[in-house]
Amino acid sequence: MSAPSTATATRPTAPSTRPIVEVRGVSKVYGKVRALHAIDLEFEPGRLTSLLGPSGCGKTTLLKIIAGLIPPSEGEVRIQGRPVTGPGPERAFVFQDFALLPWATVLKNVAFGLELRGVPRAEREERARHWIAEVGLAGFEQSYPHQLSGGMRQRVGLARALAVDAQVLLMDEPFSAVDEQTRRKFQEDLLGLVAREKKTFLFVTHSIEEAVYLSDRIVLLSPRPGRVAGIVEPKIRRDGDPERIRRDPVYLDTVETIWRGLKGYVE
Amino acid sequence: MRSAALDEPAAVPVEAEDGRTALGGAALRLLSVAIVLGLWEVAGRGGVNPALPAFSETALAALAMLADGSLPAAFLVTLEPLVLGLAISTLLGVGLGIAMGLWRPAEWLGVPVLVILQAAPLAALVPLLTFAYGIGLTSKTLVVCIMALPVIVLNAYRAIRHTPQSLVEMGRVFLASPRIIVLRIVLPAASPVIFAGLRLGVAAGFIGAILAELLITPTGIGDLVTYHQSVADYPRMYAAIAAIVLASALTIGLLERVEIRLFRPERAGR
Amino acid sequence: MQVAGFRLPASSSLLLWLLLWELVGRAEVTILLPPITAIAARLVEIVPTPSFAEALAITGQAFFLGNAIAILVGVPVGVLMGRSRIADELLLPWVNLFVSAPLSALVPVLMLLFGIGQTTIVTTVFLFAVWIIVLDTRAGVRGIPPSLLEMARCYGAGPLQCFFKIHLLAALPEILTGIRMGVIRGVKGVVIGQLLVSVVGFGHLFEIYSSNFLMEHFWALLFVLFAFAVLVAEGLAWLERRVDYFAAARH
Repeated sequence: MSAPSTATATRPTAPSTRPIVEVRGVSKVYGKVRALHAIDLEFEPGRLTSLLGPSGCGKTTLLKIIAGLIPPSEGEVRIQGRPVTGPGPERAFVFQDFALLPWATVLKNVAFGLELRGVPRAEREERARHWIAEVGLAGFEQSYPHQLSGGMRQRVGLARALAVDAQVLLMDEPFSAVDEQTRRKFQEDLLGLVAREKKTFLFVTHSIEEAVYLSDRIVLLSPRPGRVAGIVEPKIRRDGDPERIRRDPVYLDTVETIWRGLKGYVE
Repeated sequence: MRSAALDEPAAVPVEAEDGRTALGGAALRLLSVAIVLGLWEVAGRGGVNPALPAFSETALAALAMLADGSLPAAFLVTLEPLVLGLAISTLLGVGLGIAMGLWRPAEWLGVPVLVILQAAPLAALVPLLTFAYGIGLTSKTLVVCIMALPVIVLNAYRAIRHTPQSLVEMGRVFLASPRIIVLRIVLPAASPVIFAGLRLGVAAGFIGAILAELLITPTGIGDLVTYHQSVADYPRMYAAIAAIVLASALTIGLLERVEIRLFRPERAGR
Repeated sequence: MQVAGFRLPASSSLLLWLLLWELVGRAEVTILLPPITAIAARLVEIVPTPSFAEALAITGQAFFLGNAIAILVGVPVGVLMGRSRIADELLLPWVNLFVSAPLSALVPVLMLLFGIGQTTIVTTVFLFAVWIIVLDTRAGVRGIPPSLLEMARCYGAGPLQCFFKIHLLAALPEILTGIRMGVIRGVKGVVIGQLLVSVVGFGHLFEIYSSNFLMEHFWALLFVLFAFAVLVAEGLAWLERRVDYFAAARH
């Protein structure tokens, strides 16, 4: 259960080991429905953690609470020790439905976050171009979202989140609206990104395979009300060929274990 | 994440509905115009009704009215209350609609009244307006306003209220202030529906302008219609009516162009 | 909206407006706005009179007849346009022209062709209502997922069965939207038609009341019309929500 907030506040700070995101006793109630109940979690820098659970377990709600989009009913979220009262520059968000501005080009969409931070035009466009190339969309700078496939649109959303150089990337089922082949390629690319960028990734998904493939740590959430049902840390080597992970016995065993654990929640 | 995009087919703009070619479509539309005008011609010549002139007679009358300047002059007169009324309705209507969409007390006060006003046949107020404001420009402008305003307000309001939630959340996550969210996300996202409302408002405004000219005092196009009717010069009467119908359609088409040019660059190439 | 934690019902602001109206009326700011209470009293007085009943009957007749014809014509034409590309290309330009045309300008022509009477009013209602019904039906039919029609064909449905069992039902939400919009336009059509013809129904009463400066009578009549329009629109909207799930495949 959550530590009393006074204790949290007076704990001596040790920046190197301190978790970058702390969730302390967070609950969320909508009317009479308890969406989340007493969630305590910590997220360390440089790792990718998945929030995994069936639909209706409140995983997206939890992510949006961490993003500062939704206030918790109880408890609090701290980023780098500071309580969250709303969205902040150290967090960026990748949306399930991409949330691109239909009337803006890829370049303007990717530069949007920088523009809101008052970055001058030349600089923000240069950084946007860099990230557009980085996600593999070079040459599409002047395209509009409706001219792109679903997978390409989500690459725009990812580039926009990366461009603001936030420490924490919150990703809400980012690959659920793209087809399976594209999703696999995306997952491989994301592994490379996590290794290179040393950012903290929080990744919401309902796919067990996706969670095990990508994550250093998996938080299993149970539905109604959402609570932490377990935490799994797959010991998978990710430094080699990304294709081999899917054949790794540890990968397969972990998928199996999690499925056994979650089976009971599926009606 | 390089070179990944190559695996994905670059989705082409989704147009070309069920494979119809633009050329075939244009030919059919032309054929359609020819059929209708041909039927009109035959019906007019065949004497279906003595008050129905043939298309060719009407077209000639229209040309004659263009040549003698009576049609352009009438348009100028009709346009005065129409443009004035639509300008007032647009400014006031879009403003009110946005206020109702963004500000709860305005929504509470305004929406029920406007829902009633939109459903109600406000044309019935014309005699009242005439009684209060006489037979001049004020009354006619007000008739245009009462016809056009409700639909413009309600469309603007609904457009604002139906901004995609995730776009607003995106703005908040990337630290946009409420003002910036309204200016850069809510208003652009709402602009198609606001403009749809403006197009409906323009159509209703035309109805109002002509109604006012037929009902209050004959001026402009309304005068052409009633005068030529009274002297049984039916080709000229029909020409005047056809001219105002075409003018309305052209205005609405033009408005669509302006909207795309100003607010929807992504649709320009389609 | 909430005031001090208390949720105000959605349409409660209308009471405020009525109160304001009453105050303006009592203050005699303008002869145009008599107090609401006086209008209500007049309403009770004139509704039972035979001249009112006669006007109501003739107006209602034109309204229902015009709308019925508009629905009977508009829905099949809309389905046809949604199904057949050629019909669509041939008809769409005209439907688009007339759906936003200043139809008030056509009423003098109708008076010429059909005389100064009920036929003209019915035709006006029809012309106001039919185009939007065609357009919405067309949109509904085009929105039907192809798999639904393929399913019907797989199980041996003929064209007529497809029309009644698939097209009409699967596009019903849009068709009802079109009918609702058509009916709202039809109310406007009947009023505009009667105002211009001015010897039948409510148009005649309006003429009498306004030329004799009977503001209370005038408003009472307007309220009857407005209430009728809103009731019809809301009733159809309710029906529309009942069948909204027919379009489940499109949400």
